[in-house]
Amino acid sequence: MTKNPLNLRLSEIISLEDTFEFYRERISKYNNELKAFLQVSSPSDDKRGGFPYALKDNILAVGTRTTCGSRILENYESPYDATVTRRLDILGGKLLGKTNLDEFAMGSSTENSAFGPTRNPWDLERIPGGSSGGSAAAVAAGLSPFALGSDTGGSVRQPASMCGIVGFKPTYGLVSRYGLVAFASSLDQIGPMTRCSQDAADVMSMISGHDSYDSNTVRKEQSFDVSLRGYLKGLKLAVPSEMLNYPGLDSGVKERFLSIIEDLRRSGAEVEETSIPSVEYAVATYYLIAPAEASSNLARYEGIRFGPRVPSEDYESLTNKNRDIGFGKEVKRRILLGTFTLSATYYDAYYRKALKTRSVMAGELNRVLDEYDFILNPSSPVIAPKIGEITDPLTYYLMDIYTIPANVAGLPSISLPAGFVDGMPVGVLLTGRRFSDVSLLDAAKGIEDLSPSYRSGLAILPERWTE
Amino acid sequence: MNKTVIGLEIHAQLRTDTKAFCTCRADVFDLEPNTAICPVCTGQPGTLPVLNKKVVEFAIMAGLAMNCTINKRSVFDRKNYFYPDLPKGYQITQYFFPIAENGYLYLEDGDEKRKIRIRRIHIEEDAGKMIHQGTDSITGSSGSYVDLNRCGVPLIEIVTEPDLRSPAEARVFMELLRDTVRALGVCSGDMEKGALRCDANISIVDEAGRSSNRVEVKNINSFKFVEKALEFEQERISRTLSSGGDVVKETRSWSFSSKETISMRSKEEENDYRYFPEPDLPKLIVSDDLIKRIAGNLPELPWEKIERFIRQYSLPRYDATVLSSDGNIASYFEEVAQTTHKPKESSNWIMGELMRLMNEKELSVEEVKVNPEHFKELFELIDEGKISNKIAKDIFPFIVEGRKSPMEIVKEKGLEQIDDDRVIEDALRKAMTDNPSAVEQFRDGKEGVLGYFVGAVMKATRGKANPMKVNEIARRMLKG
Repeated sequence: MTKNPLNLRLSEIISLEDTFEFYRERISKYNNELKAFLQVSSPSDDKRGGFPYALKDNILAVGTRTTCGSRILENYESPYDATVTRRLDILGGKLLGKTNLDEFAMGSSTENSAFGPTRNPWDLERIPGGSSGGSAAAVAAGLSPFALGSDTGGSVRQPASMCGIVGFKPTYGLVSRYGLVAFASSLDQIGPMTRCSQDAADVMSMISGHDSYDSNTVRKEQSFDVSLRGYLKGLKLAVPSEMLNYPGLDSGVKERFLSIIEDLRRSGAEVEETSIPSVEYAVATYYLIAPAEASSNLARYEGIRFGPRVPSEDYESLTNKNRDIGFGKEVKRRILLGTFTLSATYYDAYYRKALKTRSVMAGELNRVLDEYDFILNPSSPVIAPKIGEITDPLTYYLMDIYTIPANVAGLPSISLPAGFVDGMPVGVLLTGRRFSDVSLLDAAKGIEDLSPSYRSGLAILPERWTE
Repeated sequence: MNKTVIGLEIHAQLRTDTKAFCTCRADVFDLEPNTAICPVCTGQPGTLPVLNKKVVEFAIMAGLAMNCTINKRSVFDRKNYFYPDLPKGYQITQYFFPIAENGYLYLEDGDEKRKIRIRRIHIEEDAGKMIHQGTDSITGSSGSYVDLNRCGVPLIEIVTEPDLRSPAEARVFMELLRDTVRALGVCSGDMEKGALRCDANISIVDEAGRSSNRVEVKNINSFKFVEKALEFEQERISRTLSSGGDVVKETRSWSFSSKETISMRSKEEENDYRYFPEPDLPKLIVSDDLIKRIAGNLPELPWEKIERFIRQYSLPRYDATVLSSDGNIASYFEEVAQTTHKPKESSNWIMGELMRLMNEKELSVEEVKVNPEHFKELFELIDEGKISNKIAKDIFPFIVEGRKSPMEIVKEKGLEQIDDDRVIEDALRKAMTDNPSAVEQFRDGKEGVLGYFVGAVMKATRGKANPMKVNEIARRMLKG
């Protein structure tokens, strides 16, 4: 191999003879430290051209277990391929392995994985973010040219920002969810995690499009087969004051964000502060809707077909026992929360109200996006915390404030590496109106051109993994 | 007088080729367990439902036939509960916004028609089936098996208003409903095979207008038991009321073996199903065009057929009703009537001999070998005096079995009516010789003695002599 794949864009990697072994060897060398992968594929005899990729372990691929980071699916062999897996494989994709995640994608740190946390390639003491932390760490350490994650409330974008890579959540309905183990069906969306927005577009051109197995995919064809120009001049960007003045926003992160705004203005973009009042209710709304759907989606893991199947005297205790052993604390917390808010007595007070708030929020966001091209805010209020540093789940919940609105309204949203604070990556988030995905990626390219996190158009990898 | 108030919740399995939300075959009744299943209907992680269009069309057909308003926008919901025959842990149904609402069917009540209102019709999916060892339920069973073939078979649930006034009326309504779904071709209507299932709600209102609590009766699996189970319950509630007791608001199960209802659970123990909109399916939008197209292509409905049979074939209402109750029998009747040009005779034979034999031998009308031409021949044989009505009935089973045509059977068995004057004269002559005093009596004016001689001739010819001819010849010969 004459060229080092770590310095190449995805389109170039795809054109190379065979890079599968190159990445596989890197995984065997570094995964013990990083714990990015839960399963790694065997060496491939297939020397055909193609391109390696990684899947978050809540996406099915025949020949692999799909554990969702949970004891209850520890031994679950994928009986079919997810649509994204099938599409990538048809186009020459070779699966490197399955990456770690918070159990059933519930969490923002990957600490909720039943198989232990993944470590941040920039500082092994720190979390990679989550829930797609394994995918983020794999791409950030150069263990895979790209990975797929799933984003329900920021699970692609937040770990991307904490690991210094690109995380893109497409418009809801552009990528099939068939074969993605459901967390909150109305919010879940698969998205690429890459080292630049052009790569994200290239991945999108392979995985997006209507799928007859997912009734929520749209027929509207969007071509991601584009060469991004990164044109910023004249773009109108809105910075929601509720987000800028959020008390939890770290001062270092804020400073970095403000300096990006200055860079953007210098490049000819208009950046204005605006108000989106309902954003204050984003976290509350999300933590009513997502657990409600999750409580139903996770009902199938009853300990008979899935799970350790601990013997019991009767059906009810069998279910209870297996779910007790099979699910971790955070998953149980959300199932209980969702069961409660959907109960007949509380449905109107919580779930119905959350649906109303959701539509109000979507309305406000869309109105802002009628006036502005994109909404701009930090991807996360803080840099990656240390593993075990945060024990209170609410602190993590509140950190999702920047990413949640895009899921609630089904909008495309991308996190881009935008420099460092205390040696750790910081990300900015750009969110557009529904189906503006391609122009969003184009604007993202513009930000990348300004960002100190890039070298030759690719997000910088920590030196430790590139020696 | 106390008034009985009954409302029904009826589940009808739709006869679509494939299941409601996946492409597995939907006709699973006779299959080996767990042979018509896929990742979707067994609730594998990551699978999603995709609505079968045919299910929507069938539901709209049923809605239109039952005079419902079709909601152009309806929504699927999840009904959440744990049971091993429900692999996703929820059933996809339509709870908040059903596809059809506010309909009615007319029930014939003597000369009167009673309107039975339909509250709603919604689409949902069936659950699997369980087999328990040693008991009827999962509680206390030493082993339970689950067959997921039925998971995802499409159903419509039809909910009536509490407009039925007696167990008998509930049964008649169920039969009308069966006839309707059969005429539409959307459901086989077989209660015995579980293709049509009925849960009944019953309460009794006393003279002062006070209503008892409502009791729900489940597990009714035949038309007969609709009536029986509700009679049992009516009796039980009345007895409780007259002894001053409280009727418990509960769900009871009809026990097929002991012919009684048994308490399953009180309303307090009922599940909270935590209904919420199914996020995996978009809202169901049906166009005016689709509704119009379906309305324009609805087949003839049972009550329409009854009126037409009365009009077109001059049948009594009773005949028209019986013949219309089964689409296959109705069309068979029409073929026979049109071939023989004798609708009333055709109706008599089909309702009488044919249906009796079908019951006896458990044959369906398709399995019966008698074709309309056979009826034509049979009627001609009778009309031409070649066989008597009695002989016709005697040979009918052989025609049904399909071996020969009526003519062949008559010939083969030598059953042809005797029209030959000489044979009749010989027999008569012998009878006259045997009983000369009877001949004298006739000649003395005792006309009644004629019957004796006719009888003697019929006996001698084993019933084959043409009775009209015997009469005529006897009269002539006896006069001397």
